[in-house]
Amino acid sequence: MRRLFTVAIFAMALVANAAGVLAVQPGEMLSDPALEKRARTISSELRCLVCQNESIDDSDAPLAADLRRLVRERLVAQDSDAQVIDYVVARYGEFVLLRPRFQLSTLLLWLTPILVFIAGLTLAARAAARPKAAPSAALSEDEKAKLSKILSGDQS
Amino acid sequence: MIIEFGHFALILALLVAVVQVVLPMAGASLKDERMMRVAEPAAVSQFILLAIAFVALMHAYVTSDFSVANVAENSHSTKPLIYKMAGVWGNHEGSMLLWVLILALFGAAVALFGTNLPPTLRARVLSVQASIAVAFLLFSILTSNPFLRLVPAPSDGRGLNPILQDPALAFHPPFLYTGYVGFSIAFSFAIAALIEGRIDAAWARWVRPWTLAAWMFLTIGISMGSWWAYYELGWGGWWFWDPVENASFMPWLAGTALLHSALVMEKREALKVWTVLLAILTFSLSLMGTFIVRSGVLTSVHSFAVDPARGVFILAILILFTGGGLALFALRASEMQTGGIFQPISREGSLVLNNLLLVTATATVLVGTLYPMALEGLTGEKISVGPPFFDSTFGPLMIPLLLALPIGPMLAWKRGDLAGVMQRLAFAVLAAIIAIVATYAVGHRGPWLAPFGIGLGVYVMMGAIAEWASRIKLAQAPVSESIRRARNLPRSAYGTLLAHFGVGMLVVGIIATSAYREEHILVMKPGQTLSVAGYDVKFAGFESGRGPNYREDFADFDVARSGASIGRLRPSKRLYDAPPQPTTEAGIHASWRGDLYLVIGDSQPDGGYAVRAYFNPLVRFIWLGTLIMFLGGGISLSDRRLRIGVPAGRGRRAIAVPAE
Repeated sequence: MRRLFTVAIFAMALVANAAGVLAVQPGEMLSDPALEKRARTISSELRCLVCQNESIDDSDAPLAADLRRLVRERLVAQDSDAQVIDYVVARYGEFVLLRPRFQLSTLLLWLTPILVFIAGLTLAARAAARPKAAPSAALSEDEKAKLSKILSGDQS
Repeated sequence: MIIEFGHFALILALLVAVVQVVLPMAGASLKDERMMRVAEPAAVSQFILLAIAFVALMHAYVTSDFSVANVAENSHSTKPLIYKMAGVWGNHEGSMLLWVLILALFGAAVALFGTNLPPTLRARVLSVQASIAVAFLLFSILTSNPFLRLVPAPSDGRGLNPILQDPALAFHPPFLYTGYVGFSIAFSFAIAALIEGRIDAAWARWVRPWTLAAWMFLTIGISMGSWWAYYELGWGGWWFWDPVENASFMPWLAGTALLHSALVMEKREALKVWTVLLAILTFSLSLMGTFIVRSGVLTSVHSFAVDPARGVFILAILILFTGGGLALFALRASEMQTGGIFQPISREGSLVLNNLLLVTATATVLVGTLYPMALEGLTGEKISVGPPFFDSTFGPLMIPLLLALPIGPMLAWKRGDLAGVMQRLAFAVLAAIIAIVATYAVGHRGPWLAPFGIGLGVYVMMGAIAEWASRIKLAQAPVSESIRRARNLPRSAYGTLLAHFGVGMLVVGIIATSAYREEHILVMKPGQTLSVAGYDVKFAGFESGRGPNYREDFADFDVARSGASIGRLRPSKRLYDAPPQPTTEAGIHASWRGDLYLVIGDSQPDGGYAVRAYFNPLVRFIWLGTLIMFLGGGISLSDRRLRIGVPAGRGRRAIAVPAE
């Protein structure tokens, strides 16, 4: 289960780039471990634009490498994490964010869990409050057998 | 010639399926037994015909008959035999043939083993099942026919994508499809029951084994795919919240909810209406998954446009069955009686909470998966919904579910005693606290919340054991009495124990490997040594070789731990002949502690090689946990009370059990 399509198709598209099989390259990394760690965290939130659902941190596409370098350049230039992300979004659009921002167009997306849970809870509460219909008078053979079992205490 | 037989059998299967839709359904309405009895032989012969078609296609793959377009496009003469066979379902047309074959297999199984079903219900179930077959056989024959010839035949095929040439992935689709197509039976039962207008506890008892079987295969199918991604894709990840993964995960979540609600229905006659709805929704999500994966809508909006027939066709099937099912439900649901009154704090109440959380999680994954497409379609705005979104929405929903998981099975039906249950769970809570403290002591560098995640997993594992212990009165009654009780406990109780224990293991594995993974990315030259999580990894050298249909460059690493040699790991890079595509093969040393995972990258100008080394602590718990869940399902399925054909009530024992 996999990125069968994802990887398959983009791997094929990248045949020319046959040697590249690692995402973050040793040469790209920053010497300051704290800064590098921030770069990795930011990278995992940004989408590789030519890939499907891959972050730039995971992707070996050349464009992802460019973005990784860009993120590190901004960090070295003393940008905060939010500033780096804003900078990338300003250049590439909201599409680059793997975690979409909470705004009007994503309202439904972010609120789905809460809305569904509340709706379900309300339905369950209403169903519980509704008086139960009396069971039908005629019992089937199966039901009679079951009833006798229950009455004889066979079922705890 | 054999291919033409297969083609003919496929078309014949469609005709048989049409008969199987019409006659039994009409017979059930007219109370005509002869018409109803057509269903069984039709279901069995439909399966045999599709098996013939499938074997015919496989024969073409094995003998590399490149006059068949499907074989020429997806196979190659130098491919190892196992991948020639697996190549049958490694492509769109062949996988749809597998899809209908499994659909027919389930239909035939109901025909053969469903002898204790009331005749009208059985006729209707098989008729509905055949209607799904008609839709997909038409899809296969009209838009995705694997039996078309190619003139002139090419001298060799184009080959199977190398990353798919792997044992776990070769057998992943059959398991996965058995899972998701298996839910069709629950759907057919739901529709048949709505048409009958009568639904009771017996219905749940008939549906549950089929749902459980489908759930088991889906569990192991998803797990195999995740395992494959872990060792094949080369960055040690195991789940990506990719739409293709979500496509199989949604029916799994809904199917898990269905298993639990059917339990309430069987034991207590409650949640009837809800269970029927859930059966319809679960299979609808399987269809949705098929649409997402098979229409090409994901790969890009363009591939959908290139071959609109397929996408539109599956979309029509999805709308027909989901819409039709829901419309029928809306018409008939109000006529169904609800029963089984219960307090919020009760076994039923806990299962309602289980369903509420699982359905919310399903909705979250569904909306997250489809939102970008919907938004782009409606407003043209392009957004991405990726792993960070799912981690921060799906994750929190799992916390209350896991907290409640050990409590539910211990609550009594109708009205439970929460304080009493918590007392019996004291052992599990204590184990969790010890795990949290121990994790803080050992893994101080991880996120501060991670130890609580580990504690939660341990709590679920120990909670499953605590439930078993309290049932057999371990340490409360004489040992002989406990042994007697343990022996008398039905298999389904052991199934529940294992399945829940497996969930706990899965959680421990996920948290440990996500929070405490160690990663090194560096350039190494032969002779250099790297220290990873207590292992000394020495780069010994580089070597080239050849496999059956690829060239391979190995990097040799000698691994030692506290001075003692453990062996040699050989991560490699492969370049396949056809299609010419590179892959990475990770070098993995597995142990209970975790996996040492090495990947070799490009050569550097200074003579070194880029190397990625990971230590993934407890990562095996992820797949071991799902394997235990699978086994739990199997043991539960072998319970005689669930086994098909045993008269209801015979196997019932004195102890009430959450059969699962």
